[in-house]
Amino acid sequence: MPASIIIFLEKCTGCTLCVKACPFGAIHMANKKAVIDMGKCTLCGACVEACKFKAIELKKDAGAKRDLSGYKDVWVFCEQKKGVIQSISFELLGEGKKLAGKLGVKLCAVILGSGMDSKIAELSERGADIIYIVDHPALKSYQDDPYTEVLVKLAEEYKPEIILCGATTIGRSLVSRVAVKIGAGLTADCTGLDIDEKERLLLQTRPAFGGNIMATIITPNHRPQMATVRHKVMKEAEIDKSRKAEVIRKNYPEDVMKSRTRLLDVIEEIEETVNLAEADIIVSGGRGVGGPEGFAMIKELARALNAAVGASRAAVDSDWMPYSHQVGQTGKTVCPKLYIACGISGQIQHLIGMQSSDVIVAINKDPDAPIFKIATYGIVGDIFELVPALTKEFQRLLNK
Amino acid sequence: MHIIVCIKQVPNTTDVRIDPVTNTLIREGVESVINPFDAYAIEEAVRIKERFSGKVTVLTMGPPQAETALREALSLGCDEAILVSDRKFAGSDTWATSYTLSAAIKKIGAFDVIVCGKQASDGDTAQVGPGISAHLDIPQVTYVKKIVEISATAAKVERMTEEGYDIVETPLPCLFTVVKEINTPRLPSLKGMMRAKSAKPLKWTAEDIGAEPGSLGLDGSPTRVVKIFTPAPRKGGEMLEGDTTDVSKELVELLKDIAIH
Repeated sequence: MPASIIIFLEKCTGCTLCVKACPFGAIHMANKKAVIDMGKCTLCGACVEACKFKAIELKKDAGAKRDLSGYKDVWVFCEQKKGVIQSISFELLGEGKKLAGKLGVKLCAVILGSGMDSKIAELSERGADIIYIVDHPALKSYQDDPYTEVLVKLAEEYKPEIILCGATTIGRSLVSRVAVKIGAGLTADCTGLDIDEKERLLLQTRPAFGGNIMATIITPNHRPQMATVRHKVMKEAEIDKSRKAEVIRKNYPEDVMKSRTRLLDVIEEIEETVNLAEADIIVSGGRGVGGPEGFAMIKELARALNAAVGASRAAVDSDWMPYSHQVGQTGKTVCPKLYIACGISGQIQHLIGMQSSDVIVAINKDPDAPIFKIATYGIVGDIFELVPALTKEFQRLLNK
Repeated sequence: MHIIVCIKQVPNTTDVRIDPVTNTLIREGVESVINPFDAYAIEEAVRIKERFSGKVTVLTMGPPQAETALREALSLGCDEAILVSDRKFAGSDTWATSYTLSAAIKKIGAFDVIVCGKQASDGDTAQVGPGISAHLDIPQVTYVKKIVEISATAAKVERMTEEGYDIVETPLPCLFTVVKEINTPRLPSLKGMMRAKSAKPLKWTAEDIGAEPGSLGLDGSPTRVVKIFTPAPRKGGEMLEGDTTDVSKELVELLKDIAIH
């Protein structure tokens, strides 16, 4: 019996609360009764909760309740590049510690690489109780096959309750495969995590539709519960030099380390030193910047603030900035502490890529530009005057 | 060369509006379109075909109306279209979706390359592409921004990273997920539009693809949505007024704490 949703017509009063509650536009009224369009319905259950008359029922096949008691501990997959542990890993260790505390289990760091023993102290100081190390030349740089196989083997042997991973290029590629192979639930790009202590469930909250709606997701009957987590949302774990973690080293046979793909080269485009996803401050330019020359002043302001440089789709499509700097729907989603939008009108496709920033500053000559509707501070004016003036003021403030 | 491209029909985000009273998404009159990243996947699949000859099969899982997206893909140069549609798929998370698509791909038979968009604009997960490659146990390269070389047996591609890009070599068959930088999609040709109009996409049900019923839809999905809410819409704040020097000083004063930190 597959899952299904039913409306009890005798209970339906035609109040339309469910129509308003449905995030997928799947309910309409016909003859003053609610009708669900199954083509659009995702069985999310939002209408069931909204209905005051118990007129909607969601039937789920609960299946045999599985014994999940063998799974324990919170794991953090610690991403390293060129032997450097990425800052997202420290953010996850900080958050993981809280979750492990609520569950009364250990926080474990998992690190794959080559020559990783030098990282033990760093991970201990950041709060890991146990560090799983798999050290092999084949794991020096990220490769889908061996990383997937090793993480699958580790998870099958040690049975973690939760695995957290950064929502990075590597993280999203890796754990999507791992989750399929071990039949785990995986939630992408979470911005909030908590524990339902009674049910021992990870509550995973994430934006969808470019942040227009938020969803809380659980994995009731499968373990581990896996989540990728967005940059800069969780606080980094504090450093405590006195901490010592237990270290578990694992080796696997050569066939586990085999990669069908081959990494031939790693190219760093170091035009700008600060990467968008990790930046605390982003200075972004759009069509109003007028050309590649205009981006010189954007970069100047970014340098003064130690910020990353972003660009709207219009600026990227005109070849003023490389695609790697594009913020928005077909580019990157960012949430820095401060986002300064210069000469960006604020099309919806751009807004969904940056509207969760803490503080947004908009500078635009058009007082009706949509960007002002979401900006914390707005200035109507000429960016060619304002941006250099701001750069000078910030340089003075920061003694540069 | 046989290329399979997986696409998704999504609501057009330009139409997404929030009801100011109920604070919920207004879905009425929202047009459905091909997921923006999938347009690049379709174009890249067609370009590979044009280099080698062969065919492009476009595949989607969705409600009957997703046929519109398939027809559009046909007008853009895809040769065959398959709609996998069944009520049993309702409530699929990324695990069940990638399982269903991989079962359909197994039924399609031999292929050389699968191309997917990086992620869909409604869910933004980027999990289905890698999920398909895991179910099929084939190599993958995600975030591909350029196919440098491709032969009948192998490909060399550039994978976008946070810092720049990696150059990766992979044997075929394999799966790529692609980003916007990879190409500029063409417009539909008149011939393509004519063909798309008369084409009859294949329609497969859960039974047709020989899928395990327990692995489909909500029942086959490890994750469950327990709550959906709309965050308070962001409100416009303060407009700063005055001459350039004054507003600059005022703004720097307001942002002082963030800037110093």
